[in-house]
Amino acid sequence: MKAGVVRFPGSNCDRDCLHVLSDVMGADARFLWHKDHDLKGLDLVVLPGGFSYGDYLRCGAIAKFSPIMSEVMEFADKGGLVVGICNGFQVLTESGLLPGALIRNKGLKFICKYVNLRVDNADTRFTTEYKQSQVLTVPIAHGEGCYMVDDATWAEMLQYNQIVFRYCSPDGEVSELYNPNGARDNVAGIVNKAGNVLGMMPHPERCAEDLMQNKDGYGLFASVKNFLG
Amino acid sequence: MSKVYESFNYPQVSKEIAKGMGMTEKEFNQACEILGRTPNYIELGCVSAMWSEHCSYKSSRFHLRKLPSKGKDVVYGPGENAGVVRVDKDLCIAFKVESHNHPSFIEPFHGAATGVGGILRDVFTMGARPIAAMNSLRFGSATHPKTPRLLQGVVEGIAHYGNCFGVPTVGGEVAFNASYNGNPLVNAFALGLVREDKIFTAEASGVGNPVIYIGAKTGKDGIHGATMASEEFSESSESKRPNTQIGDPFKEKLLLEACLELMQTDALVGIQDMGAAGLTSSAFEMAGRAGNGVKMYLDSVPLREDKMGPYEIMLSESQERMLLVAKKGREQEVIDIVNRWDLDAAVIGEVTDDGYVRLFWQDEEVASVLAAPLSDNAPLYQRVYSRPDWLDDMAKFDQSEIPVPSALDQIFYKLLNDPTIASKRWVWEQYDHMVQIGSVVLPGSDAAVVRLPESKKGVAMSSDCNSRFCYLNPREGSKHAVAEAARNVAASGARPLALTNCLNFGNPEKPHVMYQLVEAIEGMAEASLAFNTPVVSGNVSLYNETEGNAIQPTPTVVMTGVLDDVQDRITSFFKGVGNKIVLLGEIPTKIDASHYLDIIHEKTVGVVPEVNFDLHTALFKIMEKGAKEQLISAAHDVAEGGIAVALFEMGMRSMIGAEVSLPAKGRADALLFGESPMMILEIEPKNMKAFSSLCDKKGLKCQEIGTTGGENLVISCGSTPTLNVSMAKATAIYEKVIPELVK
Repeated sequence: MKAGVVRFPGSNCDRDCLHVLSDVMGADARFLWHKDHDLKGLDLVVLPGGFSYGDYLRCGAIAKFSPIMSEVMEFADKGGLVVGICNGFQVLTESGLLPGALIRNKGLKFICKYVNLRVDNADTRFTTEYKQSQVLTVPIAHGEGCYMVDDATWAEMLQYNQIVFRYCSPDGEVSELYNPNGARDNVAGIVNKAGNVLGMMPHPERCAEDLMQNKDGYGLFASVKNFLG
Repeated sequence: MSKVYESFNYPQVSKEIAKGMGMTEKEFNQACEILGRTPNYIELGCVSAMWSEHCSYKSSRFHLRKLPSKGKDVVYGPGENAGVVRVDKDLCIAFKVESHNHPSFIEPFHGAATGVGGILRDVFTMGARPIAAMNSLRFGSATHPKTPRLLQGVVEGIAHYGNCFGVPTVGGEVAFNASYNGNPLVNAFALGLVREDKIFTAEASGVGNPVIYIGAKTGKDGIHGATMASEEFSESSESKRPNTQIGDPFKEKLLLEACLELMQTDALVGIQDMGAAGLTSSAFEMAGRAGNGVKMYLDSVPLREDKMGPYEIMLSESQERMLLVAKKGREQEVIDIVNRWDLDAAVIGEVTDDGYVRLFWQDEEVASVLAAPLSDNAPLYQRVYSRPDWLDDMAKFDQSEIPVPSALDQIFYKLLNDPTIASKRWVWEQYDHMVQIGSVVLPGSDAAVVRLPESKKGVAMSSDCNSRFCYLNPREGSKHAVAEAARNVAASGARPLALTNCLNFGNPEKPHVMYQLVEAIEGMAEASLAFNTPVVSGNVSLYNETEGNAIQPTPTVVMTGVLDDVQDRITSFFKGVGNKIVLLGEIPTKIDASHYLDIIHEKTVGVVPEVNFDLHTALFKIMEKGAKEQLISAAHDVAEGGIAVALFEMGMRSMIGAEVSLPAKGRADALLFGESPMMILEIEPKNMKAFSSLCDKKGLKCQEIGTTGGENLVISCGSTPTLNVSMAKATAIYEKVIPELVK
């Protein structure tokens, strides 16, 4: 697995993602500077969490104009794997690689805590290590994670099985009570139609090692590794 | 007077003008003496800022020397931007706590945010990447109309800055007391990691070396902020909003990365952040430390606003700025790195050998002050202090005046309903406490623990101060602050290592306040010596008074500790059912000075329990060894609310109750809610023998008081159940207090 982690000015989970990819997964991983154009030899690009360009204007709105993003779009078009976590997910929706938008949490507050996620599609390149409907416990840390999308697109997303993770109860029940940010139908993570671009608000890299509260995030990286061989 | 100077149209300097800048007539005369003439307006601005209480520590310096600051692992003690202590060979932690009380009262969001920004800069100025932040917050009474807005603003400000910067805010404390109604406290702590050979200090050495300004542009915000922080508050203070600064955590994140990248090159000689008193203090301090001078061409400073002259530029407290000294000839390399991070960089001057800070405008000298004498001869006050009579009156409390209440269950619920005791989840969930994936004990336990990259070790930290104790007995209370912070660190299995302090007091010109300060410093010195935990950095915040009412003395302590193997860390929560509950320490017999007495009986009186140093030293050894041998499942320090609240807090996370029996000596409310120093532990039955013999060896009584399990917390004193409360009901109360307060 050859991975690149994009560093926008204001990215702050870049080192975390690089650590998990190289030290935990043993991948050949490197940073990609936002002003660079070179994605040569990579088979995975990670857009990490943080506050790219200070999240001024709108989260992820300025990042989409950065030089590296035109390369990432081309890379994704050719089938390369792209994972956007938290702010990375926001960059992916802003740049049109994923449908919908992420707006202010319903409570208008930043929330950092472990939440339960149900794996609603264990048949993606990012989730084969999980079981269908398995409940994971993964941290979130965001102020703008309320996923919104228009009805027509939503219908299409359901048709193509694009919803990967949903916020749920410890038993896997999906309801408003377990929705931390007001996202449509408790959406926490989605893939594009082609299945090679994943965006998610929770942080799997924060629970991918033994020393953490749990290791539920490991499966995501392991799935990618398995897929890439 | 030069033509250029005259063009600024600054007022003629006089003692009245000096007074307006916060200087006494005596200080003004002293300044004239050092200069050998009357300073001009720019020079007076610089001197007054450098000599403000905030920058010069003129009321506290004499007594601060009593604090022990040396130790075999101490690399840098007080006097640097942050204290530095070795934790694993050449791997060091750099840390400091600092107040931002005054700005946070005037503008809670930005005041707290820039407090975080300032302390982060202090840490990375030393070359250390910040890996953890904490904060110690004090607000007025929950019923005071300003409290909800202040709490909300301060927490959001801290979250805004820390989250965006990408430092995990791993813990802290929040307490409420009416003495803070007009003076909330915001003490921000940061801790960073640095290799010993990569530590940078703030020295302008090397004559001819360029002085380079980097970071955000300079604006008019915060002009004379340090002086404002050295005055009492009055009703007009809220009109001082322009004196507080606006922070930009995104800029700071860029500044961090740019600085750390610069420090990897060998182009850098010295670096100092522009904090309180802005460019003035960084220029004077860097020159003074190296015994050199600097020339600065102020019209080269990147500006955000028009119509700023030398006075405004020297005293602006705009955030996210650094002053560097680089090697001559390496300017471009420095500028390129800084520009790569989209920040401004400008060569604004050079190091000289004449000892003067000389300021130029349009190539004409408009101010010149000798650097070293200004700090060496800064005013030093040995202010008058005397013990107030009311301390004795308050100690004359006889607990038999208070009958033991019959409905202790209801009292217990009422205590959980107090915001100082209640859950702080609402606070910490707004902080990103997991970024950098180093947090291995999350908020809610006694101490936060972070792992270290490239080391097996872990660092624990805890911030504490029981201001009620300090109010009733400043010396003993201050010892308690050190002891409690150390116990919390020890509860995680770590060995207490070193501490930083933030001394928050009222107006030192009042003898009883000065008495509190002196006693607190001496108490802190005693405890730090006894525990061998040197005070490596700190900050003093005085004049925390509004309309003549001082805060309770609040010498905040942030203790750090080391775990030799971070995997051995202990949290505060019960892990299973049927485990033994053990108490180490003295079971209380008095309700004196307790939170219970304060909240339930509305009395802040009594004798503060004594801190027994030997007991603590033994306890620390037991915790360290017990953690290493993995004998301890959970550990929790007993604080406000006594044994009853501590047991509830241990069970609340996993909804595990407990059945506990306390020896029937003394009154039930003292046993349940009294506050002598204690630690409660959960030990699996299979480990009980080994743990008990460990206690024997260290000379501490291992008191087995009960078993974990059940849906209720049941405590008997003697044969009858004294307390029988539902964990579920108690948790519901405990969790809803703060969210309802801010509604």
